Amino acid sequence: MKSTNIMIVGVGGQGTLLASKLLGKILIGLGYDVKVSELHGMSQRGGSVTTYVKYGEKVYSPVIESGEADYIVSFEKLEAARWAHCLKTGGKLITNTQEISPMPVTSGAAEYPTDILDTLSARGVDVDAFDALTPALEAGSQKAVNIVLMGRLARHLGIDDALWLDAIKTSVAPKFVEMNLKAFEAGYNG
Amino acid sequence: MKRLMLGNEAIARGLYEAGCEIVSSYPGTPSTEITEFTAKYAEIDCEWAPNEKVALEVAFGASLAGHRAACAMKHVGLNVAADPLFTLSYTGINGGLIIFVADDPAMHSSQNEQDSRNYAIASKIPMFEPSDSDEARRMVHTAYEVSEKFDTPVLFRICTRAAHSQSLVSEEERILPTPVPYEKKPAKYVMMPGYAKLKHPVVEERTLKLTDYANESGINEISGTSSELGIITSGICYQYVRETFSEDEAKVLKIGMHNPLPDELLRDFCASVKRVVVVEELDAIIEKHCKSLGLDVEGRNLFSPIGEYSQQTVAKAFGKALPDAHAPETLPARPPVMCSGCPHRGLFYVISKMKLTVLGDIGCYTLGAQKPLDALDSVLCMGASVSGLHGFVKSTPGAEKKTVAVIGDSTFMHSGMTGLCNIAYNGTNSTVLILDNSITGMTGHQQNPTTGFNLRGEPAAKIDLEALCHALGINRVRVIDPYNLDECKTALTEELAADEPSVIISRRPCVLLKSVKTPPAMHVESDKCRSCRRCMGLGCPSLSFKDGKAVIDQTLCTGCGVCAQLCAFDAIKEGN
Repeated sequence: MKSTNIMIVGVGGQGTLLASKLLGKILIGLGYDVKVSELHGMSQRGGSVTTYVKYGEKVYSPVIESGEADYIVSFEKLEAARWAHCLKTGGKLITNTQEISPMPVTSGAAEYPTDILDTLSARGVDVDAFDALTPALEAGSQKAVNIVLMGRLARHLGIDDALWLDAIKTSVAPKFVEMNLKAFEAGYNG
Repeated sequence: MKRLMLGNEAIARGLYEAGCEIVSSYPGTPSTEITEFTAKYAEIDCEWAPNEKVALEVAFGASLAGHRAACAMKHVGLNVAADPLFTLSYTGINGGLIIFVADDPAMHSSQNEQDSRNYAIASKIPMFEPSDSDEARRMVHTAYEVSEKFDTPVLFRICTRAAHSQSLVSEEERILPTPVPYEKKPAKYVMMPGYAKLKHPVVEERTLKLTDYANESGINEISGTSSELGIITSGICYQYVRETFSEDEAKVLKIGMHNPLPDELLRDFCASVKRVVVVEELDAIIEKHCKSLGLDVEGRNLFSPIGEYSQQTVAKAFGKALPDAHAPETLPARPPVMCSGCPHRGLFYVISKMKLTVLGDIGCYTLGAQKPLDALDSVLCMGASVSGLHGFVKSTPGAEKKTVAVIGDSTFMHSGMTGLCNIAYNGTNSTVLILDNSITGMTGHQQNPTTGFNLRGEPAAKIDLEALCHALGINRVRVIDPYNLDECKTALTEELAADEPSVIISRRPCVLLKSVKTPPAMHVESDKCRSCRRCMGLGCPSLSFKDGKAVIDQTLCTGCGVCAQLCAFDAIKEGN
């Protein structure tokens, strides 16, 4: 049996690593073989970052390539477009609609594309796009964007939300538990 | 229960279980976490050495004293540690000794793509490589056993994808081996010609014994049942191969020990299948070895020596169908950038405006090479800025007035100070800028001898950079604040004009350090902004243009105020 492949993509510093850690923890608890692949170092400095989470009976390669992802969770809209080609036929793309301009856009050398969601839909990509920033801010911090998005992924994956809530409680510092639970609920039920 | 661990974390677990007592390393992606995770075990003495050569020599000393020891570095770090490496092969060890080396195919965070297996062959030292985290943990035990049984240091290679992928790991208890008391044995440890000549035959004999071990021990594993296709591979490539071919589609020989390779096993394996393909990233080391044995194998006819492989690289090479996917879109790139508030930015802006030739070095400030700062002319290796500047200036009359070296605090301690010593000794009128951000930044905030803290964050001796530069023979040493553009310009102008060598220490802690408290974000008074775009020359991720006016991202800006100094119309203000 092939593994289920989830890509978590975003901009360095958005908290993609914590999201993958949480997801990995839950999947092990469910008895799966799990691999999580991340990149450290130079790419973290505000660059485009990708993390791969794969699970199933047995997982070999830790990486996900073109046409292999069952789910892509994007923390930023341009990154959703950048990695959408990795989606499997019939896969699902979950994206935050927040825009973070990359350096070529801030410096005026390029334009931030305005038609990202339309282009994806025109290609027949199954997109769940929503604003994850506002509920994160309502929960207490923009840093909770990652947990809002994990909440939305949880809804699609059909994993019991109690498992997620437990994982949050045991993975984040006590003072941030309430904020993250709120953020998760916002993504899950929103 | 099994735990998810990075390859590097699993290595640390292996070191703990196998009774390692001392680890000395220099940080470098993708090796850094080996030492950081090892430091979480209070039983193991862990330290950041000033460079990889020192790290390996520290590990040698601990081994000599009879304790299991290790050091970790990235591939280019092994170049620095190569001097002790080659002769350690002759002396052998007392307590087990492992040298971890992390290769970075595809250069995610490196300046070249060298294959460290070449060092194992050249130094005649055995080398192991795991294909996932639990194998990495178990292999640390094996590596120590081999080190002690065959009286040799052991190289342990890991590549980025295995180092930075998490997979499930079992855990065992720590067993501390009985230390082997140190005994004076000059013929073993004093490598002068008379003794070294006696040791070289021992090394050659050891390689023969290790070849037997490679053939018989099971360190090189065969799986699968096919008699049609055989694949010889190792490390992370094993995972790509197994993702592509099931057990009955391909018989796989997974090389767990790269040096020496198992001649007999390779012959038997090749005889057992109709077609054999070697799948190895970077250099064709296994393939060439097979061919030297007269075996008919393929490899480079199907695979490139450049970059990382993947399951699709393997599938493509064997003509297998790839999953349906549309082509990637052409979109604005998102390269890594210097952070908002990075203390290097102001200084680089001034350097760029002064049109200086800049010999650069390895660290976050390497990002100063990108547009719009476009401030670097060369980046070679750790320390090369300082020594290179001397050569540039010495060979080119007048160059001393418009050429500088930039090097970080940690890189200066690593190998910049010897270059500075050379500037003083061999006399060029060079100007060296030490960018002291009080931390090793690029690899994720490691302490170093200038920070006043050790690896575990405990207070430690703090090297006084000014005093050090004076001691190395430089009279003109001054300290500037890189957030102050006028101060940067004045210092550069004066020191470049001076008729003796100088050091400018640009000092301000990395803005990402928890200890750094930043003022509120800056903001733009739109009515005053004349759209001159001068502030955009900083390449600050907080600054952009909207509707013809500069705007500052309030969530990113750290209030450093460098942009406000540039604005001729006083449009950028502090606070909200």
